[in-house]
Amino acid sequence: MNNKNIFSKLFKRDNDKVVAKSVNYISGKELRKISKENRRITDALEKKRERKNVPESEYITQMRDPNNIVEVEGLQTYFFTDIGVVKAVDGVSFDVPKGKTVGIVGESGCGKSVTSLSMMQLVQRPQGQTVGGTIKFNVGDHAVDIANIPTEKMQKIRGNEISMIFQEPMTSLNPVFRIGSQINEVIELHNEEFSKEEVKNRTIEMLKLVGIANPDGVYEMYPHELSGGMRQRVMIAMALACTPKLIIADEPTTALDVTIQAQIMDLLRQLKSKINSSIMLITHDLGVIAEMADYVVVMYAGRVIEKGTASEVFHQASHPYTVGLMESKPSSNRKVERLYSIPGSVPNPVNMPNYCYFKDRCDKSIKACEGPYPPLTFLSDTHAVACYRYMDNEEVSNG
Amino acid sequence: MAEALRNKTNHAEHPEGEVLLEVKNLKKYYPISNGMFGKTKGYVKAVDDVSFSIKRGTTMGLVGESGCGKTTIGKTILRLTDKTEGEVKFKGIEIHDLSKKDLRAIRSHIQIIFQDPYSSLSPRLPVGEIIGEAVREKKLVPKEDFDDYISQIMLDCGLQVYHKDRYPHEFSGGQRQRICIARALALNPEFIVCDEPVSALDVSIQAQIINLLKDLQDKYKLTYLFISHDLSVVEHISDTVGVMYLGNLVEYADKNSIFKNPLHPYTKALFSAIPIPDPDVKGDRIILEGSIPSPANPPSGCKFHTRCSYVMDICKEEIPGMIFIEPGHQVACHLYTGEK
Repeated sequence: MNNKNIFSKLFKRDNDKVVAKSVNYISGKELRKISKENRRITDALEKKRERKNVPESEYITQMRDPNNIVEVEGLQTYFFTDIGVVKAVDGVSFDVPKGKTVGIVGESGCGKSVTSLSMMQLVQRPQGQTVGGTIKFNVGDHAVDIANIPTEKMQKIRGNEISMIFQEPMTSLNPVFRIGSQINEVIELHNEEFSKEEVKNRTIEMLKLVGIANPDGVYEMYPHELSGGMRQRVMIAMALACTPKLIIADEPTTALDVTIQAQIMDLLRQLKSKINSSIMLITHDLGVIAEMADYVVVMYAGRVIEKGTASEVFHQASHPYTVGLMESKPSSNRKVERLYSIPGSVPNPVNMPNYCYFKDRCDKSIKACEGPYPPLTFLSDTHAVACYRYMDNEEVSNG
Repeated sequence: MAEALRNKTNHAEHPEGEVLLEVKNLKKYYPISNGMFGKTKGYVKAVDDVSFSIKRGTTMGLVGESGCGKTTIGKTILRLTDKTEGEVKFKGIEIHDLSKKDLRAIRSHIQIIFQDPYSSLSPRLPVGEIIGEAVREKKLVPKEDFDDYISQIMLDCGLQVYHKDRYPHEFSGGQRQRICIARALALNPEFIVCDEPVSALDVSIQAQIINLLKDLQDKYKLTYLFISHDLSVVEHISDTVGVMYLGNLVEYADKNSIFKNPLHPYTKALFSAIPIPDPDVKGDRIILEGSIPSPANPPSGCKFHTRCSYVMDICKEEIPGMIFIEPGHQVACHLYTGEK
């Protein structure tokens, strides 16, 4: 890591580019050292995870607020790669209240998908590890900590109480099985008492629920016989099959056309009121967020930089990045001659700076920005922002 | 005729308002062959009778859902695929009638920027070579000026000169798209087909690339055909907009008149489907039922009648022609037949 300092001193004019280069060219000796170190850390974590008879006290906790379905606190998910540790998610905290939609927005690589995968315990192990923080999931009278729950307990929750709709409907269905058997599998796995007939009826009922016109026909079809929008409906049916308490939708409409996107969003909204579950919607499209979400979390480079209710974040956007993101999107209700563009690009995830990650791209930075990464400052009960510009006369909290 | 084109053009000589590209009744059918011996059993009508023209220095936006033939139009204009019928005239010259030699000459005037910056750059060539290969091949600049010329193009596109010796994998998506733009620009073109140049990029990078395209247009008096499915981007960058549905141009108008007053039911539905980034604005959304029909077996009459909420009897039988509603605003819909 000494390399980085030497390089940045030598080439002042384009700091981050040269750092990127120094990361790309690691000597073999260094590489072996990093791999060895990574191996040591991941082995220890894996060993801890694979223990038998984990005491319940390690993962059973209480919710802070019983009206929340999920409380994520200080979540840290790191990837131990051969070029160094990538802190994909670094200290993320947010709540998902019961029956509400929480939107997570950010650019690619900001850690929004890794956050959702951590909540499903689906991060690619052993390189990817949840190394810190808690994910409390409300299971009625108590809560479980998904970050520390043993795998066999998680299998009861995954797909049953938390389910996920993935980004690409084209690739997330298995091409060699019929639609019916793929949905049946989910229902059978979590409801062992169901007979074959009941399972099939339930599947057809789910297909009907998501607005598929001939559910009996689709039950017998293979994924390639369906269009993108139809496949996404099947994915939604599969996610809803066990009436989960939380649905994580990871960019559910990104691969679809606008007219189909409108159909799917309309469907999600209807279903949410019908089955009364919470939705965590992950997307980079601010328009989709504005339309669907009650609460918004804005992420940048693995951290939450702003969160609040939808109207707070959209009407009183406070963090310079949120403001920039909104101004850079052309919109029909706001005419501009020239789009605002945020200068520069996201810092290299292996060598994150030790000051605010956005400082180098920020045109509003002040002297305080040179200090350590800013903690979240609460502007109201629900609206928080991680920026030094709001810290002077506001109450400072480490939330 | 083509001889004149081969000489290096000076864009400043040309008056604005001249029609640079004219597409008339363009058709592109792909045959569906049957079995081993390729007996043709039908056609996919990717582009079916499309006409429009683009004036020098303006941008035409082309929008529509996937599979409606936007990209095929772009490719046919460049003669990357052959047309089935119709005319593609660039400065009055029919591109599809040119000889191989003349086509090579005219290609430096028409360039294309592809959708996916990850797969449209050769991974084996350094950036300087990607940008400069065609310039050297066509001997656009003397050998001793070559390096300076490439550096200048790179600076124009927001790249650094020392990027010249790097390979595409060392760049991010936005930077790769800048390389693609530099490659197109290096040949000093007059007309660029931008085939979804920003749809693979993040919002903040999108804004950078859109601004770059606009700056270059002002600087070099470029003309764009901007293909996209993102209506808000098209609204921002275009002067005229064409809306396509299943191989047909259903509405074609000036930007202001089409976004203020969309006439075709499909255009209305498409525009209402744009999510607005404001939680308090709840637009009246027109949700289209079903999905786009197969272009191999399109519905009779107006192709949109299966999903249209204003459908009449005539729509199922007769193909609507383009009707001029007002100067610079045409629509292909039976609803407006009586008004003219």
